[in-house]
Amino acid sequence: MGKNKNSVKENAIQFLFKYGAIALLIFIIFYFSTISDAFFTYGNFSDILRSISIVTLLALGVTFTLVVDGFDLSVGSTMSLSTVVSASLMVWYDMPLWLVLILPLLIGVLVGAVNSFLIVVIGIPDLLATLSMMYIVAGLHRTYTEGYSIYNNMPLTSGGTAPGQLSEAFLWIGQGQMLGLPVPVWIMLVMVLASYVVLNHTRWGRVLYMTGGNAEAATLSGVSVKKVKFTAYVISGVFASMAGILFTARVGSGQIDAGAPLMMEAVAAVFVGYSVLGAGKPNALGTFFGAAVIGILLNGLTILNLPYYAFDIIKGGVLVAALAVTYVYAKKKFSKA
Amino acid sequence: MVEPLLSMTAIGKKFGTVTALQGAEFQLKKGEVHAILGVNGAGKSTLIKILSGVYQQDEGSIYLDGAAIRLDSPKAAKQQGIYCVYQEVDTAIVSELTVAENILLDTFAEKGNLFVSRQRINEKARSVLQELQADNINVQQKAARLTLAEKQTVLIARALVHSAKIIIFDEPTAPLSIHESEKLYTVIEKLKAQGVGCVFISHRLPEVFEISDRITVMREGTLVQTYDTAQADQDGVIEAMLGAALSHELEPSAHDIGTALLEVSNLSDGQKLKNLSLTVAAGEVVGVVGLVGAGKTELAKALFGGTPLTSGTIKLAGKNAKIKHPADAIKAGMALIPEERRKEGLFVQESLEANASFPNLKQFSKRLLMDRKAEKRFANEIIERLRIKTGSTETPLVHLSGGNQQKVAIGKWISLNSALYLFDEPTKGVDIGAKVDIFKLIRQLAESGKGCLYFSSEIHEAIGISDRILVMYNGQIVKELSRQEATQERILLYASGGKEELGEKQEFGERKRDSVSI
Repeated sequence: MGKNKNSVKENAIQFLFKYGAIALLIFIIFYFSTISDAFFTYGNFSDILRSISIVTLLALGVTFTLVVDGFDLSVGSTMSLSTVVSASLMVWYDMPLWLVLILPLLIGVLVGAVNSFLIVVIGIPDLLATLSMMYIVAGLHRTYTEGYSIYNNMPLTSGGTAPGQLSEAFLWIGQGQMLGLPVPVWIMLVMVLASYVVLNHTRWGRVLYMTGGNAEAATLSGVSVKKVKFTAYVISGVFASMAGILFTARVGSGQIDAGAPLMMEAVAAVFVGYSVLGAGKPNALGTFFGAAVIGILLNGLTILNLPYYAFDIIKGGVLVAALAVTYVYAKKKFSKA
Repeated sequence: MVEPLLSMTAIGKKFGTVTALQGAEFQLKKGEVHAILGVNGAGKSTLIKILSGVYQQDEGSIYLDGAAIRLDSPKAAKQQGIYCVYQEVDTAIVSELTVAENILLDTFAEKGNLFVSRQRINEKARSVLQELQADNINVQQKAARLTLAEKQTVLIARALVHSAKIIIFDEPTAPLSIHESEKLYTVIEKLKAQGVGCVFISHRLPEVFEISDRITVMREGTLVQTYDTAQADQDGVIEAMLGAALSHELEPSAHDIGTALLEVSNLSDGQKLKNLSLTVAAGEVVGVVGLVGAGKTELAKALFGGTPLTSGTIKLAGKNAKIKHPADAIKAGMALIPEERRKEGLFVQESLEANASFPNLKQFSKRLLMDRKAEKRFANEIIERLRIKTGSTETPLVHLSGGNQQKVAIGKWISLNSALYLFDEPTKGVDIGAKVDIFKLIRQLAESGKGCLYFSSEIHEAIGISDRILVMYNGQIVKELSRQEATQERILLYASGGKEELGEKQEFGERKRDSVSI
């Protein structure tokens, strides 16, 4: 009798772990569809995807650092910096589009490199090193703009107005449509797919996961753990920069502190992703899925007219539920009977 | 017949669908040392965990002093006077507290005294250590500064404080050097004299025969036989453990030894290793033997590029090898099977196939993407070749027994076809069945012209497998012995820092041995 009950409970946990997140998603979609006609429409779903595209890019970067058993808290600030830099390059300096795209990405590489220098060479724990960088980069981007957001032909503190504007081509990245979907959605889907293939189906992905799983064993198997960690943080920085560029193009101006509120949302998306299809570890598809669950939930709640200040309660609740399933399952899976 | 102190009858335990114990029996008399032997998975640890209250049996009963008892938790077991000294002592020692505080740790939680009298504690701890003849341990120092063996003594003392009736030793000597083990034996003798029943679990047969009064052999979750040690012989016991006669795996086998493969000269790491020189030829198994702390693991890591060198050259197949990182060593044709397989050799939460393919990922991703089929094929190949017991190639390694994990740690290098293999304590915590398979593999490698360095503190195993033996002491190679010259006694003598003098060779050897086995 007791045995039976136990295995029922175990099966339930197994099921929850594998399909819980998907079941939750289907339930949410079903629930909101019954409540509002506006919810289950093509337009609304393409809206939702567009709204999560920036968070998803951030979250993909965080995924890479979590895969190598690190953590990048500085992605929000890096995104903010990239947002104002890309805007300022056009508005203040009237630079050509290719420079406007490449320079912020290089800044992302640089932040990632500094992060990994602090972590790998100096030996500060990941969380603390990136926490420090979060402050430094946030401070840098505010200093750079002297605390102002950047918009077309803005008045300058030195007198006169800025010479440039955000170009049409640039705005297309954030606002355009292609083959029936917004451009940011395409960018997000391509990046999710690329990350998935790299992490799950190439030897680089294997090296990343193994380094995160057991750095010592990886070293003794011939992996240069320092290089691997360096790469992961640089990738994270680049993803954060892409998110920043996308944000500027989407909004049409260089808002300051654009990334700060998105950072924790990105982290939440990654952790919700742990529980998708029983992965139990950071993974690209899970991250996308996590961002989608949160995005759909928020969209539905907006339709329901729930006050926005209550949203964080929901986000936190989803995160806790996902983590609970993941860790209860991990305890079962990896504890020897 | 005297009533046994402890009697466990018809014990059964299942985990899910797996039967761990079925009709297991165990009896312990007052003041006896009773060893439990069995290959990994025979059910020893499950039985012990039931006895110490970690698990509860599904069926069967436990009698202590003739009365049926129920052990629902480790605390209940302790209240009955059943204590356990685990192999990993660090989990039970609070390193920031003093020795005395550690010994009396459990009594802090008892009610009665609000304030802790440091003096009383020290006094009490000292008297307990005296009983164990371990009063050389300063009770006021922090436990962090103790050696492993001293920490074990502290744990035993803790059990004694509570007038333990039964103390379970779960592979207590695995991390100890020979000296330290000898000390532990004397402590166990003391416990016997006080009438404590000792349950002793170990993979080292010689010490089981030295220390125990009776031996119970388990196989597949049930009792095979209980022997009086005085009347038992090793072969019989091994046969009972394996269920089939063990051929003489440790007999020497003649094979060709080729040209020098590895030449190391004047290697130092500025810390432990001082001016080591050695050679390994193709087709040769060279044993590097020393006590724990002699620098064997340091040497293996240094050769493999895991730690930086301050001087010395390493030549592989006649070519100077610049080895700054394990990646260089692997490229040069070396493979290392590290001592701490779970910490350094394997990714225990990953699948067997992912572990197996890892050192040579390029071979399994010819184009851009990983070739899952090739990985699976290779995993199945090493499963077959090394006789690894596992459900499937996708099983996470945590679910495999120690011996099977070790086989994966070795097997993963096979795809690289390395020329030189460094085995660091490959039989540590591995049962006899798996040991035999590992020895066979090492021999196969040597016969196919590979060089092997075999680092071990299990002297008789090293003698059995090696063509030549280097004895290490304090970071140096102090003696080279051919297989014919090598005996346990001579190796032990050199390994503990002794020297043979002409003429008084025998005497000195004897004296040294005496001092070891007080």
